[in-house]
Amino acid sequence: MAVRGRRDRSEALPLLAAALRSLGVLRESPVAMAGAAILLFWLAMAVLAPLLPLADPNLPLEPLRPPLSVSADGTATFWLGTDIKGRDVLSRLIWGARRVLVWAGLATLAAYLVGIAMGLVAGYRGGWWDEILSFVANLLLSFPVMVLYIVVITRIGASPLNIVLAVTFASAPAIMRIVRGLVLDLRTRDYVLAARARGEGALWIMLVELLPNARGPLLVDACLRMGYTTIALATLGFLGLGLPPPDPDWGAMIAETQPMGAFAGHAMVFPALAVSSLVLGFNLLADGLREISLRD
Amino acid sequence: MGASAKRPILACEGLGVSYFTRAGEVPAVVGFDLAIARGEAVGLVGESGCGKSTVALAVMRYLGRAGRIVAGSIRFDGRELTTMSERELRRIRGSRISMVYQEPMASLNPSMTVGRQLVEVPRYHAGAGRAEARERALDILARVGLPDTRRIFSAYPHELSGGQQQRVVIAMALLADPALLLLDEPTTALDVTVEAGIVDLIRGVAERFGTAILYISHNLGLIRETCDRVAVMYAGQVVEEGPVTNVFAGMRHPYARGLFAAIPLPDSDRRARPLRPIPGQLPLPHERPGGCFFGPRCTHYRQGTCDREQRMRPLDADPGHRVRCARQAEIAWERESRGPEPRTAEGPGPVVLEVHRLRKEYELDGGLFAALTGRDGTRRIAANEGLDLVAREGETLAIVGESGCGKSTFAKVLVGLEPATAGRITFEGREIAGAPVETRPPEIVAHLQMIFQNPSETLNPSHAVGFQIARVVRKFGAARNRAQVRRRVYELLDLVKLPRAFFRRRPRQLSGGQKQRIGIARAFAGDPRLVVADEPVSALDVSVQAAITGLLTDIQRRRRTTLLFISHDLSLVHYLADRVAVMYLGRIVEQGPTGAVFAPPYHPYTEALLSAVPLADPGLVKRRILLEGELPSALDPPAGCPFHTRCPRRIGSVCEEREPPLRRFDGDHRILCHLPAEELARGRPVIRRRHPREPSHIPLR
Repeated sequence: MAVRGRRDRSEALPLLAAALRSLGVLRESPVAMAGAAILLFWLAMAVLAPLLPLADPNLPLEPLRPPLSVSADGTATFWLGTDIKGRDVLSRLIWGARRVLVWAGLATLAAYLVGIAMGLVAGYRGGWWDEILSFVANLLLSFPVMVLYIVVITRIGASPLNIVLAVTFASAPAIMRIVRGLVLDLRTRDYVLAARARGEGALWIMLVELLPNARGPLLVDACLRMGYTTIALATLGFLGLGLPPPDPDWGAMIAETQPMGAFAGHAMVFPALAVSSLVLGFNLLADGLREISLRD
Repeated sequence: MGASAKRPILACEGLGVSYFTRAGEVPAVVGFDLAIARGEAVGLVGESGCGKSTVALAVMRYLGRAGRIVAGSIRFDGRELTTMSERELRRIRGSRISMVYQEPMASLNPSMTVGRQLVEVPRYHAGAGRAEARERALDILARVGLPDTRRIFSAYPHELSGGQQQRVVIAMALLADPALLLLDEPTTALDVTVEAGIVDLIRGVAERFGTAILYISHNLGLIRETCDRVAVMYAGQVVEEGPVTNVFAGMRHPYARGLFAAIPLPDSDRRARPLRPIPGQLPLPHERPGGCFFGPRCTHYRQGTCDREQRMRPLDADPGHRVRCARQAEIAWERESRGPEPRTAEGPGPVVLEVHRLRKEYELDGGLFAALTGRDGTRRIAANEGLDLVAREGETLAIVGESGCGKSTFAKVLVGLEPATAGRITFEGREIAGAPVETRPPEIVAHLQMIFQNPSETLNPSHAVGFQIARVVRKFGAARNRAQVRRRVYELLDLVKLPRAFFRRRPRQLSGGQKQRIGIARAFAGDPRLVVADEPVSALDVSVQAAITGLLTDIQRRRRTTLLFISHDLSLVHYLADRVAVMYLGRIVEQGPTGAVFAPPYHPYTEALLSAVPLADPGLVKRRILLEGELPSALDPPAGCPFHTRCPRRIGSVCEEREPPLRRFDGDHRILCHLPAEELARGRPVIRRRHPREPSHIPLR
């Protein structure tokens, strides 16, 4: 009986259930496995950061020490060296992973909530709803994304919440168009007609009949979009518009070291590698998921 | 005549074809034997999954990356195809062997005119010059019965109707003068009256072009009307084979017999021949039993005989007729009882539904551009026009017609998915014509439910079956708490004869028939008074079809529900309806009790529809009436009588100018036609039992 109860609850969260099930499916694609491995590595780092024997990421120690050097008192090793302010690069990298994953995740999630809502309404309601929502989406999509970020952030200031807002603003229209396209196709299916014929409301049809069937393409897109958002956060950080200091931010780490480039290459290369590997992980996972979904 | 003339054009021996998938090897065809003589038409018939299309693909060597010929040989005109190189194959495909598929648009290039595509064939295969190729293309278009060949030659495929497209594809296949033509369900996507024309063309192909045909179809009637010999396939093997007349006169294999018993016939006496589904399901290729593949589903299975491997054996009395059944000589088919189905002939009850002068228009607006420029680009299409209908409690009212006749629109208007434009619909004493389902009171919604056509779409693939039925149960307020809902869902699963374990199944784990059963359970969850079934079985195999219609009518009879059965299949309608309405271009052209509609007097359209039904029973003969022309577009319906453009019995300008009057006959039988009632009453029956002395073959036109 207990098992039955759990099953029923998982029906109520079809998206989550689908996500969990698709994890098992990853074994079919080596590409997806590679992507998932990279992501799991960063995820583990991010989650375990407080437990790892790391120096305080914001504490100035000895400036510009090269990788693998030992501290003056001989008690600590700077595995990846220190930056110009003397902070431990490894520690900042790992705490930075925690920060980027949290905020990129939240920003993508927010963009998805808005984009899905807009797409469902535009696709299912059609008519004027569609005209207006599509117009807004096209307007936003006609701006270069980075310009949009910079405009939004410089207007409302660089705080984590504002970055979530900016990403939502820039990504939601694209998500809306994907959802809208899927819904336009799905809404003609007999099961949607059957739901209407038994008097279901629009909300039920959109959330229970339509959305779960759009999950495949959305899952792939969500992975790609996490990658884009990671790049966006790093770029904003690099431009000084990102997550506020002194907490570590990969983009800001590169920017801080840049004036001293030749002397502190390691403090620049490692965060750059971190950004690339995380984005690569998301892209590989997205590719693999797409491959798996096409094979069925 | 040398040896080559006697040699069969195609000979498959011990052919085995497997698909190699992630799950392993799937043997689709095993030990397949078939020979086709020059100029002979052979039908390959069977249900989906029996391997009939795989045979055709193997002959063309079009099996793709996953498919491979694993055993046996295919000889074409004495040459082995299985080992032939890709280059040699290219020289044979399209010139010596041609193939025609179900979907004509899949074979035609939408960006090239028909003419350019046709001209390519003689230019490539015969090296013909430009002018000669053009001449031959125009000639073949005329020979496949297309009118106005010059217009069609310079038209793009999308400018032609489905029937014309398929004729063009057949013309293209015949253009290279092939020795063998493979036809894979060439008329399945077409309407019956259009199909009748194509069937007529195919029947003449062997005679006029000297081409041998392998005709693949699930429809026994089509095979009987087009072919010289027939091979019935089951689970990757031929189980019965022989000349069409002999096989149809006395099928010997239990599966072939079962298939035959599962199809309805537009016969005069329906109660004498209840449809009987074949029990069980087609075994999956890797789950085929040892011995006879049909064994587990066979009522004549006997230990010791049937669990050994079965070979094809000729009948003693008829060596040309071969059967893969060890017991074929022992089974006394003639003594099988065919007792009439006990059908309680309760009279129809009170009126449940009344439709009066119903009209449904769609607006095709010119879009944003027209709105901005202030031009009224709105065009109106009447999908339903002046529909008058009455349905009584417990009766089955069928609506028949071809695609585009407005029967599905009518269903949508009834259930409230589309509001009516004008007219009245009275259901349970309430006026519901203008009310979309969202504004209807819940009890009306529960009492007027629908069963949908497409089994693959009728259930939401994301949710478990139990969840989907439970939602309906809750929605219609039949049960409140969890336990009650669950009990009710179990009852509904029992009702549609599915195991309760299906509660947890996902739609993709279900077969088409099982999905349709869930659709029925869903429709009956709120104790409906009226159920609209829009082509509920047309996408299913015949043996499943029989089971689903049986179930549906059984539930309906026990609950005294009114069933509005929408279908294009006249045989099926004749089998299960109490009353019939025939629709053409949005109008009901004839309606009345089933017996009256299927007998004279006929509306000329009903007459043609009946004549187009392919008959599998050699005991029946029919008058052939071929309609000219194509179904007019609903965008631009003909003035006067909508049928006058194709009507073989039109009487002149009155048909083109004035709306036809309603002629009334005995027993509430109504026909919308200009022909006087006496003239209509003089018609002869289209289908009748054959006189014992009459020949059973069908003469060519």
